[in-house]
Amino acid sequence: MAARPRRKPDAEAPTTPPGALPPRFADWFAGRGWAIRPHQLEMIEAGRRGEHALLIAPTGGGKTLAGFLPSLIDLSMRPPANDPRGRGVHTLYISPLKALAVDVARNLEVPVAEMRLPISIESRSGDTNTAKRQRQKLQPPDILLTTPEQLALFCAWEGAREYFADLKCVILDEIHVLHASKRGDLLNLGLARLQAFAPTMRRVGLSATVDDPERLRDWMSPSTPDRVTLVQGKAGAEPIVDVMIAGGRIPWSGHHAEHAMPDVLKQIETAKTALVFVNTRWQAEFAFQALWAINDDNLPIALHHGSLAAEQRRKVEAAMSRGDLRAVICTSTLDLGIDWGDVDLVIQLSAPKGSSRMVQRIGRANHRLDEPSRAILVPANRFEVLECFAAREAVAENALDGDPAHPGTLDTLAQHVMGVACSEPFDALELYDEVTGAGAYRDLLWEDWEQVVDFVSTGGYALRSYDKFRRIVKGADGRWKVRTADIARRHRMNTGAITAAGTINIRVGGAKRSVGGRKVGEAEEWYFEQLTPGDTFLFGGEVWRFDGIKGLDAFVTPARDKDPKIPSWGGSKFPLSTYLASRVRRMIADEQDWGRLPADVCEWLGFQRDRSAIPSPKEMLLETFPRGKRHYMVGYPFEGRLAHNTLAMLLTRRLERLGVGPLGFVCNDYAFSIWSMRPMADLDLDALFSQDMLGDDLEDWLNESFMMKRTFKACAQIAGLIERRMPGVEKSGRQVTFSTDLIYDVLRKHQPDHLMLRTARIDASAGLLDVQRLALMLERIRGRIRHIDLPRVSPFAVPVMLEIGRERVKGSAEDMVLAENEADLVAEALWMDGAVDTVGE
Amino acid sequence: MSALPAETPLSRTPCGTLWVEVSRATCGLRCSGALWLEGEGALIAGDLHLEKGSARAHLGALLPPYDTRSTLDALEAELDRLPVKTLILLGDSFHDPRAVRRLAPDDAARIAALATGRTLIWVEGNHDVRQGESALETLPGEVVEAVTLSGLRFVHEPRAGLSPGEVAGHLHPAVRVSSHGRSVRRRAFLTDGRRLILPAFGAYAGGLNALDPAFRGLFERPPIAAALSNDKVRALPWSSLRPD
Repeated sequence: MAARPRRKPDAEAPTTPPGALPPRFADWFAGRGWAIRPHQLEMIEAGRRGEHALLIAPTGGGKTLAGFLPSLIDLSMRPPANDPRGRGVHTLYISPLKALAVDVARNLEVPVAEMRLPISIESRSGDTNTAKRQRQKLQPPDILLTTPEQLALFCAWEGAREYFADLKCVILDEIHVLHASKRGDLLNLGLARLQAFAPTMRRVGLSATVDDPERLRDWMSPSTPDRVTLVQGKAGAEPIVDVMIAGGRIPWSGHHAEHAMPDVLKQIETAKTALVFVNTRWQAEFAFQALWAINDDNLPIALHHGSLAAEQRRKVEAAMSRGDLRAVICTSTLDLGIDWGDVDLVIQLSAPKGSSRMVQRIGRANHRLDEPSRAILVPANRFEVLECFAAREAVAENALDGDPAHPGTLDTLAQHVMGVACSEPFDALELYDEVTGAGAYRDLLWEDWEQVVDFVSTGGYALRSYDKFRRIVKGADGRWKVRTADIARRHRMNTGAITAAGTINIRVGGAKRSVGGRKVGEAEEWYFEQLTPGDTFLFGGEVWRFDGIKGLDAFVTPARDKDPKIPSWGGSKFPLSTYLASRVRRMIADEQDWGRLPADVCEWLGFQRDRSAIPSPKEMLLETFPRGKRHYMVGYPFEGRLAHNTLAMLLTRRLERLGVGPLGFVCNDYAFSIWSMRPMADLDLDALFSQDMLGDDLEDWLNESFMMKRTFKACAQIAGLIERRMPGVEKSGRQVTFSTDLIYDVLRKHQPDHLMLRTARIDASAGLLDVQRLALMLERIRGRIRHIDLPRVSPFAVPVMLEIGRERVKGSAEDMVLAENEADLVAEALWMDGAVDTVGE
Repeated sequence: MSALPAETPLSRTPCGTLWVEVSRATCGLRCSGALWLEGEGALIAGDLHLEKGSARAHLGALLPPYDTRSTLDALEAELDRLPVKTLILLGDSFHDPRAVRRLAPDDAARIAALATGRTLIWVEGNHDVRQGESALETLPGEVVEAVTLSGLRFVHEPRAGLSPGEVAGHLHPAVRVSSHGRSVRRRAFLTDGRRLILPAFGAYAGGLNALDPAFRGLFERPPIAAALSNDKVRALPWSSLRPD
């Protein structure tokens, strides 16, 4: 985190102006041979003036130290406390990752110890033991480092107001990853709360480079963006980015870049330490196995992703810091934070999907601003080649993706309101003013606010069943407070906004064992739902046999198979960014530009031009052709898998009504393909793609969809409608899944406008369905659909056609699953002497 | 020995009822999860768990309080479709003994109306009656521990071991099956042709996987699971069932 020693003296390095730093600090910088950086000085000055400040700087710019320097200086000049118990927390630091908070604490100890500053520093997370937590409550450290979840918990403490009365500064690290999320909402609300406790408190934000700093300023400001001083760090040296054309050829389809592994290994050999980024953990598993299969020199190559047991990840991180590893295959778990050792090469396997993420990942190589980072993009298929070239240009121009707008969510607000009531009685009007001081809730309507408070109190049901069971009650003084201490206790057990899909522990040991063996990691529940005992799969770089699930544990035993039976999910969880998508569309349309692409991609584009058409950037190409006994429609909107899925789902409903008999569809980031029993070439395409599909069709489909149930569950948990943890009972995620589905069905039937359904619908439209993006796309292509009816499949259509067969059955196919199992019965059911039959069949 | 009525009123209903013989009685397994004994004009539903949604409200868990009306909607729909002379609620009709006091007035009126024009029989369940307190006392209809009809004995809790001719609830059977990498979990009837276990009828009642040890020893041979789907009851072989 700290400014680093420069290898060679930098002629332009500013010398620390006299008087800018207290002598102790100036000496320390000098003693290390460092010069303070301009943005660090600006942050100190903003601190002296008591201003809120946002620092935007690339990785390796001494950003964290810049955030802390004003506090360190302030604390170093503070007279000793009169009160033997010391004072309250001076500076609160909040990071999105537990591990980062712990690491920053450790790194901060160095300058504090070397300057002999009388400053106590402690971190706190869900893992901190009770004794330490108790002590922290009684004897607060000067600097406390923690996570948004802990802040939410602080806000629900009794006595929170007194505890934070002395707070001078709050530092929010990596806010670019947090602000547009529910965790960000929670943090934003917590920030407003802290400001109410300590009106003079300074807000300090630290962020990587973003496309729109104004949004972050507005988000972290107590009122208008100009209340926050913007400090920009100097940009680092331009990175060197290459696109790898492995083995001189590019496959038509696929997501794993299997063909490139030998070349990737060669690149690893040239580097001290390489970070190999992939987009999903299953891709990480795949790459790890593929590289080890050819790793004849036994280069130390490790694996790091969010599902591995924490202990395992710590081991990998430690080995990396020691410089023991030549490469680490990793997911976004290593996107952030601490620099682990001497990384000098970043490899991105398969397309990066967004330029901001790519810039962040490239920044992981070589944390020295004055030396260029080195990165290699490895496309896995032909469309990805285009995407990688687009990403390379975007990185060179430092052109970043914009985040979609994220207004503050109401489920998170409900949790916050409950927390406040657990902490102290509140007045609804005062708290409304406080909440609208949080950037994300600036535009909160009073009607929504009233609904949220009513929801927290009574559940917000039209049937007023719970008026005598209110969770919060209004006292004679007009202030709301929690009804019983037990309800407050339950709330505190359920704070936080992380509700990743239910996860299951993966443990070694037969399913018959009642107690699990070693935990090798965890994975999402849905993954195991598709496994049958005996299936083999890849995890943690090894092949395991799935033996069964018991409660929250999936039991596995090592398998001897080399090839796992169950393939991993191939797609990327990140949708192609709008920004990269439009660049790719431009590249395709610009024939002059094809020459710089690899030969087989260039040839492929040529074939497409000759056999079908190359669309202009504003058009959408739509092809129809017969194949086998079916008719296909393939469109190329380039709007990402999520938006395509939604589009294809809605088109299918329309095609059904038109009597075309759609049979199925498949999507990737670039295209969608729908197949049907009857031809689709003569349909009125403008009508088919008209924007009104986003009305009733969307609503109908959404209400039935599995996604909506899952989204509802997440909202209901965050808002406290459903408890994740109950005192004394460890309720399994599985049981929760089942009952939330029932609750969803019942609530939808009887009160479709309930706050939680409304919230879930907004979330699903934004996050899971990308409805906004789809709407913009339908607008863009209106009257600009370039339809080509072909006798056979086109070169562009091949990749998406190859995805068919990999996809699983969809939505309404549930009944088919039952029906197929029923067919099995015929043979087996004979024992009942024909007593089984179904009427009407 | 197909003892199926060739042309029954049911074949015209949208619900794909599955007909099975249990201990020589013809049983219609309905999509709703209820059992229809046509010859007796008797409809049997188990484990309604009314007011489950409000059961933990005093602790701050404010689940949507609409489960009672959802369950009653489903039950009344069956009463509209079938000429029901006898309605048997097979125990755990209420989630707890105090549930009746939490009923919304209109829901309470609908429950009372269930007895209008027919015989209403409440079989006692372990949730209805607890520590001497009973949810069923103040309600119209007859309260019994067990009742016999068409040679079948109706009780709430299945007796351990083989118990031919018994129809029970209590266990909330559900099944999971999968194909094409996708799995589906549904409530189900379980029968080996000797005894029958009904799925829970209540809107919020959870399900217990049929492979759970709680079902062990109840059947003479692997039973058939009749899984509820939207418009049809699907008969599934035991071998296709999967654990959760």
